[in-house]
Amino acid sequence: MAAPLSRRKSISYSKWGYFFIAPFFIIYAIFSLIPLIDTFKNSFFEYYYSQLKWTGPNFVGFDNYKMVLSGDLMKYFGNTFIIWIIGFIPQIVVSLALASWFTDLRLKLKATGFFKVVIYLPNVIMAAAISMLFYSIFSEYAIGPINSILLNAGAITEPYKFFSYTTSTRLIIAGINFLMWYGNTTIMLMAAIMGVDTSLYESAQIDGANPTQTFWKITIPLIRPILLYVLVTSLIGGIQMFDIPSVITNAKGAPNRTTMTVVMYLNNYLTTGKNYGMAGAVSVILFIVAAVLSLLVFYLMRDKDAPKKKLKKKKGANLL
Amino acid sequence: MKNFKKNIALLAALACAGTMLAGCTSDKPAEGGDTPAAEGGDTTTAAADGGADAGADTGAADAADEGKVLKICGWNTEFQGLFETYYAGTSETPYAKAPGLPEGVTAEFIITANEGNAYQNKLDQDLEAQAGKSGDDLIDMFLFEADYALKYVNSDYTMDVKELGLTDADLAEMYQYTKDICTDSNGALKGVSWQATPGLFAYRRSIAKDVLGSDDPATVQEAVKDWDAFNATAAAAKDKGYYMLSGYDDAYRTFSNNVSAPWVNDQNQIVIDDNLWKWVDQTKEFTDKGYNEKTSLWSDGWSAGQSADGKVFGYFYSTWGINFTLKGNAGDAGFGDWGVCEGPQNYYWGGSWIAAAKGTDNKALVADVMKWMTCNGETMTQITNDTQDYTNNAAAMNALASSDFKSDFLGGQNHIALFAESAPKIDMSNISGYDQGLNESFQAAFKDYFDGTVDKDTALQNFYTAVSEKYPELTAAE
Repeated sequence: MAAPLSRRKSISYSKWGYFFIAPFFIIYAIFSLIPLIDTFKNSFFEYYYSQLKWTGPNFVGFDNYKMVLSGDLMKYFGNTFIIWIIGFIPQIVVSLALASWFTDLRLKLKATGFFKVVIYLPNVIMAAAISMLFYSIFSEYAIGPINSILLNAGAITEPYKFFSYTTSTRLIIAGINFLMWYGNTTIMLMAAIMGVDTSLYESAQIDGANPTQTFWKITIPLIRPILLYVLVTSLIGGIQMFDIPSVITNAKGAPNRTTMTVVMYLNNYLTTGKNYGMAGAVSVILFIVAAVLSLLVFYLMRDKDAPKKKLKKKKGANLL
Repeated sequence: MKNFKKNIALLAALACAGTMLAGCTSDKPAEGGDTPAAEGGDTTTAAADGGADAGADTGAADAADEGKVLKICGWNTEFQGLFETYYAGTSETPYAKAPGLPEGVTAEFIITANEGNAYQNKLDQDLEAQAGKSGDDLIDMFLFEADYALKYVNSDYTMDVKELGLTDADLAEMYQYTKDICTDSNGALKGVSWQATPGLFAYRRSIAKDVLGSDDPATVQEAVKDWDAFNATAAAAKDKGYYMLSGYDDAYRTFSNNVSAPWVNDQNQIVIDDNLWKWVDQTKEFTDKGYNEKTSLWSDGWSAGQSADGKVFGYFYSTWGINFTLKGNAGDAGFGDWGVCEGPQNYYWGGSWIAAAKGTDNKALVADVMKWMTCNGETMTQITNDTQDYTNNAAAMNALASSDFKSDFLGGQNHIALFAESAPKIDMSNISGYDQGLNESFQAAFKDYFDGTVDKDTALQNFYTAVSEKYPELTAAE
């Protein structure tokens, strides 16, 4: 008789915690984990649809991977990285500048709320819509505003075919990426800078530090975790770049497949052929690359004092 | 303030829920609903009302045990327009003799744009899902083009038209090539068409006068009768400040329709015909010499060349292109300023066939639509008279060819006579089920070569790469 009573005394509410987090895990399993496992599985099979017939699934081991790696995959990774980096560098520079101006105590900018909304606006528009917009702005025929401005100004004698050249096409795609994301980054960096204790700036000023010095010596080191976050999210988003180049080049990655990103390449396998085998192999490689890059960035930007502190603690424990 | 925040949160939550629901319906939109136009893949559904006021009986269609929805898949509204005018009688200006749909039956069109194989991809998915559906969800009819006809004709998703009740007598006046293309490997006819699509060279009369001194079809034909003459005329047009052709893809069909073998041989190897290489070389020459305006087919610049202030001498266009596309692009200003001649080589372009989808619950109605729209000489003469389009009935067309039929848009020319001459010469023996995918990839890959961004070998390599992504089973022929 005494045993049940004592059990009741030690009643635990922790199971409710599990109930509350269960929906996420159930949805994650159904919509993410199972497809993920399926993708890994498919990558080892010959499995496609053509001329209204399914072929496979036949187990082919690593053949899909061999085929993908012997193809142009590295070129598409290169394309993706180049387009990402030429968009990301101005993005981080402009965002840092804007964020520090907006938060500068001595500048006292007016109507910062308005500007914050304006710079964030491009991010609200659908990527496909903004891509179509840029496609018409840079249209190769005299219809496009950029070309007609250049023609009227006498800078060129015949319409410049922006989408027939690698550099201009990449620049336009990177430009759209920049335009869409610098506002978001600015807001995040502002939050980070505002989290820095203002007394640090005040004392630095009293000690005679100029704005450049306070920016590099105080702001940057203290917002490093947020910078890391921006870099990682942008890198992972960059690797998955798809909608803008796809809409701009009509899914062709033109010219000469130099704007073909990895995900566009992946999508090529799925649109007509439904080639789950090859698409699976590309996906798995993409997954591994994204994981490795994320881990690498985390490692490089880690708090270098942390391991030492842990070590000290351990030593202390041993001494005791 | 607190209330305001609450309201905002509520609004945001509703908006999220709204987009989730919208996401669910975008696959199969509700009647009359539009999904946002995604590039090359927009889907819209429009419903045509049952012919309540058309009154007439459909005769053959036994509506009693048939489905109530006639579901038709297509890639543009061309057939929908004809169907509503000449069969259902629901358009604004219906054909007086339109039989109308049986009481209580509605027609539903599912339109998916063609580019990038989008229509085929969606249709494939729907046909595959057909087995699990019933009643009014079933696709009853679908349209397809010559470029990928064989894919459907050789599959089990299409029905033998004889099984539906069409007789040899019904099919007698159809041009042979329109039947050849829809005959499967066992000799069964799987689809029928209301149109034949011989191609011509449509030229701008005012430019022809300026360049050749005359806009008479015979004179122009003499100037473009073979490729040597065509090139010489191109040079003359260039001297006067005109472009012979609009862009890279314009002459493509005249070459690709005169190939000596299909795109893909029986070992699933891609064979690039010599004639396609001729297209590559000619187009490169035209581009380098400034004989074309460097546009791509269907692009804004390409269409603009057909408008009033266009500087393009002519376009290769088949039947539907002249009366469906060119006329629209030319507008009022260009009305009467166009003429047609045979051009350097016989070719065809496009054409739509209708097939009964396997599993349809409207067999009798589908058969009746086919008979009325594709076998009935009277309907087809009427269609040609109304739309100037060329229809698939040799007797009716020959009668029009020798009549005083004329097109005001083409400056009073009887273009039907030219079509009637070239239609029987069309040879469809070298088509394959891969044609659309391979033609699109070939044109896309060589656009870079014409633009000067890559050399010929790279373009060819890019073509093979793109094809391997589309069709894993195909390899390059040695």
